Amino acid sequence: MTTTEGRRELTVGMGAGGLATADMVLNIGPQHPATHGVLRLRIVVDGERIVSAEPIVGYMHRGAEKLFEVRDYRQIIVLANRHDWLSAFSSELGVVLGVERMLGMEVPERAVWARTLLAELNRVLNHLMFLGSYPLELGAITPIFYAFREREELQAVMEEASGGRMHYMFNRVGGLKEDLPAGWLDRVAYAVQAVRGRLPDLEALIVGNEILEARTRGVGIVTPETIAAYGVSGPIARAAGVDMDLRRDEPYLAYGELFADSGPGRVVTRTAGDCLARLEVLLEQVHVSLDLAEACLDRLRTLPQGPVNVKLPKVLKVPEGDLYTATENPLGFNGYYLVSRGEKTPWRLKLRSASFNNVAVLAEVLPGNLIADMVAILGSMFFVVGDVDK
Amino acid sequence: MNDAVEVTLRAVGVLAAFLVLPLLVGQTEHKVMAHMQGRLGPMYAGGFHGWAQLVADGVKFVQKEDITPAAADQRVFRFAPAVALVPYLVAMAAIPLSPDVVAADLPASAVFVLAVTAVGILGTLMAGWASANKYSLLGAMRAAAQLLSYELPMVLAVASICLAAGSLSLSGIVAAWSPWWLVLQLPGAIVFLVSAVAELQRPPFDMPVADSEIVFGAYTEYTGLRFAFFLLSEYAGIVVMSLLFAVLYLGGWHGLASDQLGWLWTLLKGFCIAVVVIWLRVAWPRLREDQLQRLAWLVLVPLALAQLALTGVWVVVAA
Amino acid sequence: MTEEAKKPGAIGIPGILKGLATTARTMAKPTHTAEYPHAQPHLPPRSRGVIALLEENCTSCMLCARECPDWCIYIDSHKETIPATTPGGRERQRNVLDRFAIDFSLCMYCGICIEVCPFDALHWSPEFEYSELDIRDLLHEKDRLGQWMPTVPPPSALDEHSAEAAEIGATTRPGRLVRTTPARPAPTRATPSGQEPPPASGQEPPPPTASEPAPEPGE
Repeated sequence: MTTTEGRRELTVGMGAGGLATADMVLNIGPQHPATHGVLRLRIVVDGERIVSAEPIVGYMHRGAEKLFEVRDYRQIIVLANRHDWLSAFSSELGVVLGVERMLGMEVPERAVWARTLLAELNRVLNHLMFLGSYPLELGAITPIFYAFREREELQAVMEEASGGRMHYMFNRVGGLKEDLPAGWLDRVAYAVQAVRGRLPDLEALIVGNEILEARTRGVGIVTPETIAAYGVSGPIARAAGVDMDLRRDEPYLAYGELFADSGPGRVVTRTAGDCLARLEVLLEQVHVSLDLAEACLDRLRTLPQGPVNVKLPKVLKVPEGDLYTATENPLGFNGYYLVSRGEKTPWRLKLRSASFNNVAVLAEVLPGNLIADMVAILGSMFFVVGDVDK
Repeated sequence: MNDAVEVTLRAVGVLAAFLVLPLLVGQTEHKVMAHMQGRLGPMYAGGFHGWAQLVADGVKFVQKEDITPAAADQRVFRFAPAVALVPYLVAMAAIPLSPDVVAADLPASAVFVLAVTAVGILGTLMAGWASANKYSLLGAMRAAAQLLSYELPMVLAVASICLAAGSLSLSGIVAAWSPWWLVLQLPGAIVFLVSAVAELQRPPFDMPVADSEIVFGAYTEYTGLRFAFFLLSEYAGIVVMSLLFAVLYLGGWHGLASDQLGWLWTLLKGFCIAVVVIWLRVAWPRLREDQLQRLAWLVLVPLALAQLALTGVWVVVAA
Repeated sequence: MTEEAKKPGAIGIPGILKGLATTARTMAKPTHTAEYPHAQPHLPPRSRGVIALLEENCTSCMLCARECPDWCIYIDSHKETIPATTPGGRERQRNVLDRFAIDFSLCMYCGICIEVCPFDALHWSPEFEYSELDIRDLLHEKDRLGQWMPTVPPPSALDEHSAEAAEIGATTRPGRLVRTTPARPAPTRATPSGQEPPPASGQEPPPPTASEPAPEPGE
């Protein structure tokens, strides 16, 4: 535009010159405040209305699956807790559960309950993150600070047990890395109580806020059919009335007992399928997870003395065969398809991550909405870019 | 000769207020927002509770590289921050803090201030258009749409006040002010406050700069001092609007010992309004552009018209 | 609160006023942040801050370097022959550590190296203030790694329901095998699991008593 003086004069006072607002291609990302990382959305807009949208993924591809193939089963845990950095414990869990099942290994009962407790605390941590960041995308700057205060409370106890604040690296094949510290259960109980006590502060900014409801009610409706077509899972599916939760439907760890008829576990569902319903599901799941955590704490206090892991051979080899292990991660189904040829590394370890499918549905949901709605919908799809790109 | 000295003194006084008051509001926002969020806010710059944070920010902005995008319309792009900033400077000169403390006592200052502040949005529009950036363009369009819909209820609300006071001069309005206005002009006051927040592009009406949607709207491409000017104009705008609100609806310098401390009362009332504007930002999410238009045309304009009618009836009956 | 979540916008206080009230209430309360450089965080003993090396314990066996998932440990060593102490005795060979370096720009802080070390030469320290301006400066040699040894806290006591440590079990259980009667924990591992043996020389690690509170790093 500035190459020749003559041309330049033509555009003086015309500013952006040739920019037409009809069918303008707008790249949201890979660097954009609303994408939590490097997701890219190529949207075509007419004025502010979105004509079509295409999620372009892969900017953060780290080749996790290929790296799994040259790591032994302890080293895989290091990688497995990193694709979805907000659900690290749950992702580790899928790997070790799969290996244990293929080995036919019996995990000590204390380890089972401790894992369940940690998985639920991890779920609360994950949901709190989105309960803070989603209002932030809608322009409310305060909830994230309240959410992070609660996260800090829980992260402190997670760190005390595992040594890590995000990448716990606390699961091992056969149980946990080491036993829980003395007095830890009391501190967890205190932290859970503290979080429960202060959640109303966070809720006061979100629940029933007329502006937030105006932005989210009826926006970005995902139908159960779309959910089935795209393989969407987790809170997003449940917000649309798809009542599925692996913790109840295919129980692992101690969930069978927790989700039994008299147990504290319940599956939170909504029917609207809009952004508001997704946010509500998330909020209520926090309460459910805190209930579950307390049930685990009670159980851990009464269990007899025992180990939290089993002694492993020096070189751990998984017998030949293959197995798909799915867990209900905070964001949805997280699956590992493990194919072993009897080596100490997997021959193939396919990772099915929740965020990938949850983002794929964007192309279906976004068209017809405004750019402002795009942000509301994007935020309510609760994805982690690392989990999308693996 | 004396006139020249006086003009200079007045100009310097306005400039000083223009440079100090927005920083005061900015610092208040830093601290109030931080404590509302359970944080401390700036604590280091300047020593005592980070009082010099915004001065330090200013120094930082000065040092930054001044970038003009290659595809931008250079002259318009560079000129835009001044267009955004100067109107508020001019407006501030016309707002009286007390009968004596006013830089330029104009006969129709209420109209003058409204007219001048409306020019400020041109700067945003120029910036967005000249940046040759899609996000900037969207932001400028939003800003323009917002200005168009909010100038009307604001003018109607002020018209009601002027009608009640029987004067177009801000000094005259304050002179005619009575505590009854707090009740009778309440709908108008609410309309004015909402419109003012919308015109300032402050949350919950900050869609023109919505960072999670269009990065930073019209200011996306700006850096350094030019960017700082836009920020300064935002806070100068808060000062102007808050003082205007205090003068129009809260009786300006009316208060204890108003003969000596009148100007302090005006500042204090204006400061309280500024805190409310800050508070809204902390507590609420932002609306969508079309919801804002709906609010303006379906709620605020009818409300302002009703207020105008009410005032008209009252003035006729009382007269 | 879940009931309220089900019926948002219920008749009562408008939601936007609730937001104003909550933020105002928070402003009246003390803040929950800490001014970090002046107020040090309280980190638990298991906190994975930095890896400290107790050089005397290292036998250059290379297990850590091999098990590291991203190969960020560099070890060089050479063999040295120790002449026989008694006339006619056998000469002995031992490994001498020349270089032990961890590249913390590559390290993923998984702790596998510490887990696999058979001689407790590596330890986690909660110390975390070792950022650098240049990524290359994060490659730390054994001198620097050794300097972190004094910051290694004693391990936390375990939960009352935990299985007793193998070493304790071995000493308290009635001897199943006759030949283990002289309770044969190796001299350097006489302490309960996880505690490091007294160092041969150099830096003094904290006294390995589990009952003592962990020293505050950085205080």
